Amino acid sequence: QALSSPPHQVDFWRHPTSPGQPADLWVPFPGLQAVKVFLESNNISYRIMIEDVQELLDEEKKTMMKSKRINRSTSTFDYASYHTIDEIYDWMDVLVDDHPGLVSKLQIGQSYENRPLYVLKFSTGGSNRPAIWLDTGIHSREWITQATGIWTANKIAKEYGQDPSITAILDSMDIFFEIITNPDGFAFTHSSNRLWRKTRSINASSNCVGVDPNRNWDAGFGGSGSSSNPCSETYHGPYAHSEREVKSIVDFILSHGNVKSVISIHSYSQMLLFPYGYKTAPAPDHQELNELAKKAVGDLAAVYGTKYTYGSIADTIYMAAGTTVDWAYDNGVKYSFTFELRDMGRYGFLLPSSQIIPTATETWPALLDIMVHVLEHPY
Amino acid sequence: MELPPGHYLATRAAALAAACLCYRRGSPGRGLALRAVRRASRQDIDGVGQKYHLELVLEDLLDKDSTVNCTAEVLYHLGNNIPPDVQFTIEGELKNAEEADNIFYNRIKSLEKELVAENIPDSHGNVSPEMEPVHLLAWVASGYVIWQNSTENTKFQLAQIKHVKQVKRSDEYLEFDYTILLHEMVSQEIIPWQMTVLWHPQHGVQVTQDSRQPEHASE
Repeated sequence: QALSSPPHQVDFWRHPTSPGQPADLWVPFPGLQAVKVFLESNNISYRIMIEDVQELLDEEKKTMMKSKRINRSTSTFDYASYHTIDEIYDWMDVLVDDHPGLVSKLQIGQSYENRPLYVLKFSTGGSNRPAIWLDTGIHSREWITQATGIWTANKIAKEYGQDPSITAILDSMDIFFEIITNPDGFAFTHSSNRLWRKTRSINASSNCVGVDPNRNWDAGFGGSGSSSNPCSETYHGPYAHSEREVKSIVDFILSHGNVKSVISIHSYSQMLLFPYGYKTAPAPDHQELNELAKKAVGDLAAVYGTKYTYGSIADTIYMAAGTTVDWAYDNGVKYSFTFELRDMGRYGFLLPSSQIIPTATETWPALLDIMVHVLEHPY
Repeated sequence: MELPPGHYLATRAAALAAACLCYRRGSPGRGLALRAVRRASRQDIDGVGQKYHLELVLEDLLDKDSTVNCTAEVLYHLGNNIPPDVQFTIEGELKNAEEADNIFYNRIKSLEKELVAENIPDSHGNVSPEMEPVHLLAWVASGYVIWQNSTENTKFQLAQIKHVKQVKRSDEYLEFDYTILLHEMVSQEIIPWQMTVLWHPQHGVQVTQDSRQPEHASE
C-alpha cells in the first residue's frame, strides 16, 4: 500500500496476497532508486524480471506494424489464389494507397443487392482524356477473369514509368477497370453455387433468379442468342439495361463521352472476339478489328503457346444478342473486344489457381497490343 | 464446303468427335482432349443430314506435350432423333496407360469401404492426386453422354463431378455411379446428369445407364 501511493507510484501487476507469496510491480524510472531502498530496508527480497518495459513495448509495436504491412501491400498479395469479394475490395484500397497520384477508386452505382460497383481509375492527369474501359467478372462463375483483373490492375500500376507501352498509354489516356462487375453473382458463387452466371435480381413472374448481364445491353436486344425465359442462363431481362450492373456502366460510358475502347473479359474458350454477335453482317471495321485480333492472339501465343481463335462473335462462338461489346460498338466505341480466357474445357470454369498467373501473364501482351493500337489510332 | 477452323460449326463438330474418341480410347490412366482443329469441311446431304470431315490435334491430359493427329467424320442425322455417327482414325500411337490403369484398378479393388467423393474439381480447380483417375474416368465416360446428346447446335463439356460413389461388384469390373454437371456452351446451361460407369483395364469404359437430371431452377 505504501508503495502504490506517492511518492513511489508503483503499479502492481500481481497484487500482494499473503505473506510468503510473490507480488509483481512495475516501477516508473524516477522512483526506481527509492523503491529499491524501500524494499531493501524492509528486508523484502526482489528480482528484476524486465529491465525496460518501454523497450519491450517498442519492439512489439514494430512487429505489429511489420505484420500489418505484410498483409496490406500489393507486392505481397497472393495473386496465385482465388479471393473473396471482401479480400478483393480490401486489395483495391491497398492498390490505391500504394499508387497515389495514379490510381483512384470510383463507385459507379450499386448492384441489385446494394453492393458497391467499384471502378479503378488509372490516370496521370488531364481532363476527361480519351479512355479505355476494361471489365472482368460480368459472369460471376468465370473466376479466372476477376483473378486476371487483379493481376492486370497491379501490373498496370507497377509498370507505369517502367514499361514504355503502358507509360505512353497512360501519359495520354485514362484506363477505367471494373474488376467485380457482378458482385452479387460473385458472392453467390462463394456462398451457394460455384457455377452461377447471372445477376441475382428477382424476376417478377418467376421463381427463377437473375438476368444474363451480357444479354441485357441495348444492341439487338431480345434477338437470337438470348432467351425470354427467366430460368434460362441467357435470359435477357424484362428490358434493355434493366440490370443496375449494366445500367451503371451504360451511364458511366455515355456521360464520360470519350471512351475509345471497351474490353470485356470472360472465360472460357480461348478466343478474342469483336462485334457483331446480334447479326451476321460484318461490322464496318471488321477488317481492322480482325487484323488487330490476329496480332494480339499471336503475341499471346508467343508467351506459353496457348492457342486462341479469333473473329466476330457471330462467326466464332454463336449468335448472341444484347452483348456489352455490340452496345459499345453501336455507341461509337470502335475498339470493342471480348476475351474468352483459358481453358478449352478441360477445367472450364473451375480453372486451377495455379493457372491464374500464367493466364494473366500471357493475356497482358494481347491487352497491350489493343491499347497501343487505340493510342496510335485516335478517332 | 470448307470451313474456317475457328468457325463455331467446326469447333462444335470437333468437340463431339473428340468426346467420342476419348470414350472409345480413354481410361482412368489416359484422357484425351481437343487441342486444335486443323481443317474442317461440311456437307449437306439431302434427306440424311450434315456430314463433317475434320482434321484434329488431340492432347494427352496427363502429358500436355504428348499430342496426336486424327481425322474424323461426323454425321448429324436429320431431325436429331438418333445420335450422330462418329468415325475416326488416329495417326500413330497413343501413350501406353497400362501401368497407370493397373495401379488404379488394384487400389480400388483393395479398398475396404466403397469410394465416395464430391465436387471434383473443387471450387478452386483442385483435384487431389488420388482423385485424378476418378476424374479422368468421368471425363472419358462423359464422352459417351456428350456423343449421344450432341447436335449441330450444342457443345458439351464436363464441368464438374458433383458426386461419385463406387458400387461394389462380385465380378472383375469396377462400377461407379456418377452425378456430373455438363456445361452446354450454346445455351450456357449447367445440366446435371447421372451415369453408371463400368470399367476394367482390359475391357475399356462403358456407360451402362445414364439419365438427365432436373436442373435446380432458383439456385
